Amino acid sequence: MSALVPLLVALPLLGAAVTLVFGRNTRVQVIVSVITLAVVSVIAAVLLVTVDGSTPIAVEVGGWPAPFGIVLYVDRLAALLVLVSSIVLLAVLLFSIGQGSADGAEETPISIFNPSYLILSAGIFNAFIAGDLFNLYVGFEILLVASYVLITLGSTESRIRTGAVYIVVSLVSSILFLAAIAMIYGALGTVNMAQIAMRMGEIPQDTQLVLHLLLVIAFGIKAAVFPVSFWLPDSYPTAPAPVTAVFAGLLTKVGVYALIRTETQLFASNSIDTLLMIVALATMVVGVLGAVAQAELKRILSFTLVSHVGYMVFGLAIATPAAIGATIYYIVHHIVVQTTLFLAVGLVERRAGSTSILRVKGLMRAAPVIAVLYFVPAINLGGIPPFSGFIGKFALFEAAAEVGTPLMIVLIVGGVVTSLLTLYALMRAWNLAFWREKEEPIDAEERIAYLGKAPAAEEQQERRRIPRIMTVATGGMVAVTLALTVFAGPIYALCDRIGDALLQPIAYVPLHEADDPADGEEGP
Amino acid sequence: MDVSLALIVIMAVLFACGVYAMLERSLTRVLIGFLLLGNATNLLLLIVMGRPGLAPFFGADGSVSDPLPQALTLTAIVITFAVSAFLLALIYRSWQLGRADTVEDDEEDIALRERTEVEEDLMEDESDPADDEATTDFVGVDTSPIRVLHNRDIATIVDDAPTDRPFAQDRPFAPPQGPEPRAGRDDAGEGER
Repeated sequence: MSALVPLLVALPLLGAAVTLVFGRNTRVQVIVSVITLAVVSVIAAVLLVTVDGSTPIAVEVGGWPAPFGIVLYVDRLAALLVLVSSIVLLAVLLFSIGQGSADGAEETPISIFNPSYLILSAGIFNAFIAGDLFNLYVGFEILLVASYVLITLGSTESRIRTGAVYIVVSLVSSILFLAAIAMIYGALGTVNMAQIAMRMGEIPQDTQLVLHLLLVIAFGIKAAVFPVSFWLPDSYPTAPAPVTAVFAGLLTKVGVYALIRTETQLFASNSIDTLLMIVALATMVVGVLGAVAQAELKRILSFTLVSHVGYMVFGLAIATPAAIGATIYYIVHHIVVQTTLFLAVGLVERRAGSTSILRVKGLMRAAPVIAVLYFVPAINLGGIPPFSGFIGKFALFEAAAEVGTPLMIVLIVGGVVTSLLTLYALMRAWNLAFWREKEEPIDAEERIAYLGKAPAAEEQQERRRIPRIMTVATGGMVAVTLALTVFAGPIYALCDRIGDALLQPIAYVPLHEADDPADGEEGP
Repeated sequence: MDVSLALIVIMAVLFACGVYAMLERSLTRVLIGFLLLGNATNLLLLIVMGRPGLAPFFGADGSVSDPLPQALTLTAIVITFAVSAFLLALIYRSWQLGRADTVEDDEEDIALRERTEVEEDLMEDESDPADDEATTDFVGVDTSPIRVLHNRDIATIVDDAPTDRPFAQDRPFAPPQGPEPRAGRDDAGEGER
């Protein structure tokens, strides 16, 4: 079973190499990418079932014993997140295949897209299964460098501009992360997460606090937590729709995942929960107020993305097993729903040629399928029962109410207000873009098609054909969001088990296996 | 743990200069800042290695260097190298597009600051059709009823936007259906930007 673990990273990298070699043959590229991600999701499912039934799997890559070599570590949390993200990546890949086949390679050079996309996947999976801090850093760098390429895809002027912001901010966070690793090594003499967790108690609280804050800031930038979330709504909306979708769904969650490991396992003995509470409240409220002020769908969604990261930080700050479980469920829900919404908006953009809710109208009649694909995840994100957004939020608030301090109550109120404002922002977009009637539908259609040829009508682009596969991919994602509701029982039980396990002291990389290198592993 | 003071001072200076350079708007300086920061961090990794000694190959107990930070530093150098190469390409492309290499303000942020009150109203009452008719002249205008005059509207006004000229030459006066909404759209676009 442990032979499967390195494949999670090795397969996408291999796929990237193959797609790069076949750069001119789009068909081969597409087939290789789809097969790679499909195989990875199967492996992830197998691993999830395995580790849920028994103990976590730790693989020492290359046979080097644990504290020195690289350890890949798959527990329930890692397996669950790898599974969810591979499904999301696969769906977005299908979406982008549709887009690529309809548009050709003019705007998004597809020969570059596929290898970068697979490398991004490899980075994400590597970050999830990293057993030591430096490997986590390498995972981050792999996915970041791939994301630099993807966010500036096509090198248009606007993408270069927004890409520059994204890249510079990411560089700063990477440097902070690396500096934090160096200092942790200086203080503890190890970068292996299990050893860090064991030795952390031996150093003074003040030193712990400095190291802790450094890591939290570095991960906070990646997760887009309030004071350092400014870059996200600036940079995400200009990228191509599938790229934005996968970034919104997964990249911030990798940051949140790193925060979870930091809070629950590395620095279990050093609590900054009150600080995290305040940051979470600010993230929720400021983010959603930004969303309310926006008129462009992708920007509205980017701001709600920031605001909903606040819920996850909130759950993390409560720091009870129930709250951690709720946070995990919320992360899974949010990965799926946010990606789906961005895909739906990608469809709106193609159908109407714009994503400004002041311009788009009458989509309910013109494109009822897209309307449904937007509406279902939108009310899900807003937290309307019985959808998974409601379950996740309710579980979070319940966990907070159990603790019951005044700050918790404030945060619950803030969370409810945020949820309502999210609903307001998304439903206003619904009312304007979908529900609003066109005065003269035929005239409006002509006008939009006409404007597609107009120079300088940057925000009003050509309306484009929507290949069936794009609708199917988005529809599939909507089905996954519904599945999160239908199978909420077993999924939530799994999340609860994860929450319990995370707060156990060191049921982590088994160092005693150092003398007994597991067989069958291979270098990436 | 014994550490060389000189290394620490150099690291601190590199960090300070790097942060200073990164705060500039010019991407080239950001790149320089990033390189300085990268080197400062590599130095930090060397510093936490502790007392330098023999290469671990020779294996004498107590006198060997700690090999792990060296491995980390090597990896970090490679990553810094790759990212700098990408940044250079980005700077070149940014320069190629003719806007030098500065990081600009977000267009939509500026647009939001300058959004007209009329649009705010539209956001408020969500375009009740009755309201549209009440403000008669602006029926069919989606966004902003404030209209910048174009050469399409009045023949004597010369529009010096180069991209508009072919259109103006083709059709000096407004064709029956096309231009009305087009003007509205165009102006709205300019108003927003």
